[in-house]
Amino acid sequence: MTNNQQLKYMNLTLKIWRQEDSKAKGRMVDYKVTEISEHMSFLEMMDVLNEQLVNKGEDPVAFDHDCREGICGMCSMYINGEAHGPDRGVTTCQLHMRMFKDGDTITIEPFRATAFPVIKDLVVDRSSFERIQQAGGYISVNTSGNTQDANSIPISKHAADEAMDAAMCIGCGACVASCKNSSAMLFVGAKVSQYALLPQGQVEAADRVRNMVAQMDLEGFGNCTNTGACEIECPKGISLENIARMNRELMKASI
Amino acid sequence: MSGFFKSSIGRKVAMALSALFLMFFLLQHFAINILSVFSENAFNEVSHFMGTNFLIQFVLQPVLIFGVVFHFIMGFILEIRNNKARQISYVKNNGSANSTWMSRNMIYTGLVILAFIILHFIDFWFPEINTKYIQGDMSGVHEGVEGYRYFHELQEKFVSPIRVGAYVIAFIFLSLHLMHGFASAFQSMGGSTIRKKSLQSIGKAYSILIPLGFIFIALYHHFNH
Repeated sequence: MTNNQQLKYMNLTLKIWRQEDSKAKGRMVDYKVTEISEHMSFLEMMDVLNEQLVNKGEDPVAFDHDCREGICGMCSMYINGEAHGPDRGVTTCQLHMRMFKDGDTITIEPFRATAFPVIKDLVVDRSSFERIQQAGGYISVNTSGNTQDANSIPISKHAADEAMDAAMCIGCGACVASCKNSSAMLFVGAKVSQYALLPQGQVEAADRVRNMVAQMDLEGFGNCTNTGACEIECPKGISLENIARMNRELMKASI
Repeated sequence: MSGFFKSSIGRKVAMALSALFLMFFLLQHFAINILSVFSENAFNEVSHFMGTNFLIQFVLQPVLIFGVVFHFIMGFILEIRNNKARQISYVKNNGSANSTWMSRNMIYTGLVILAFIILHFIDFWFPEINTKYIQGDMSGVHEGVEGYRYFHELQEKFVSPIRVGAYVIAFIFLSLHLMHGFASAFQSMGGSTIRKKSLQSIGKAYSILIPLGFIFIALYHHFNH
């Protein structure tokens, strides 16, 4: 048996959201792609489609991507009704075509939220996340040369692990896209937690949570109703515990 | 602190606090109602005490009504804000892949409960207010009924199979609402997910047993009239 015979190829129908620009009215458009290898990533399949479109002189489908290894958080598609598609713990670039079957129809939409307006086709503006980060997602450290050695501050293994888990958030926005309320609380909870758990971040903890939550509300994200969809769809497995911690931090900061 | 309750998290905490208060009330309501199955006299005595005690009638009852109204109004406010947060819906959304039906439909189960509360008020609360505070009859007795009237009135209400059916359906929806609401209230108030596992077990037991108990009481009086 040759390698070619072992490979599985599939023909697919794609239903893709096309929208010329942020002001245009979008619509779903059907495309056919053929001979897609099961070993391709989803974005490679999109590349094949775009190559077809360019060869036909049509406008290729715009979609966000950068590192293509699950780190940057740029890819942002809503595939068959789920952020980053049907696989768990992966971004769209890590989603493989073996998750689909020959003859499947795949629906591809942009992440939907008022705070994530569509720029073009599947590309959305996630700068609202940047503004939330700017509101307090940092620590103010004097780096003039008198900075204390970080290793001189003891931190428990448990706190360090939890802070690291929260810091795994890549800000892709799958939590917002999956949440029926378009709530950003998993993202903000993770950012608040990664600092609140460490002594370096605790100095500004009260101001940080107040300012980041205020910015989150200002951006027009919805409220968390604890459905848990964000945690399930998060490619980095950020826990709901971070939302509970953010709520505690805000209560503490408000008393 | 006033700023806190204006934030999205503060509103959720307020919603959770009112939910916890209502769940405590429901437990107390059940404890009194189940007496009607075991002892007519005990049910009558407790009902008369609850219906005529100044503290309960003029302090706790208004607090309860405020709690109910607040929970519903806040629920609608949050729902409107949440709908604004996504003005264009997905063409295809696979909600069941990552969340329970109960968690996604709290507003609808809540609306059924609201309809039930209106029916319940028409059945019991408005006639009570009329008898006690409009007609001025605080005696708790009724002509032709031996002892206090409360047990007799309860039995009369559950003669109708349509009313019993409506109560059964409403309590099924209450159960669905509580299945998500119980643990969610603690999570909103910052409850850790580690403790949440035990809370989820308590919540499941509460959300099944209490509505089931109310259904049992309605059916018991329907078939034992």
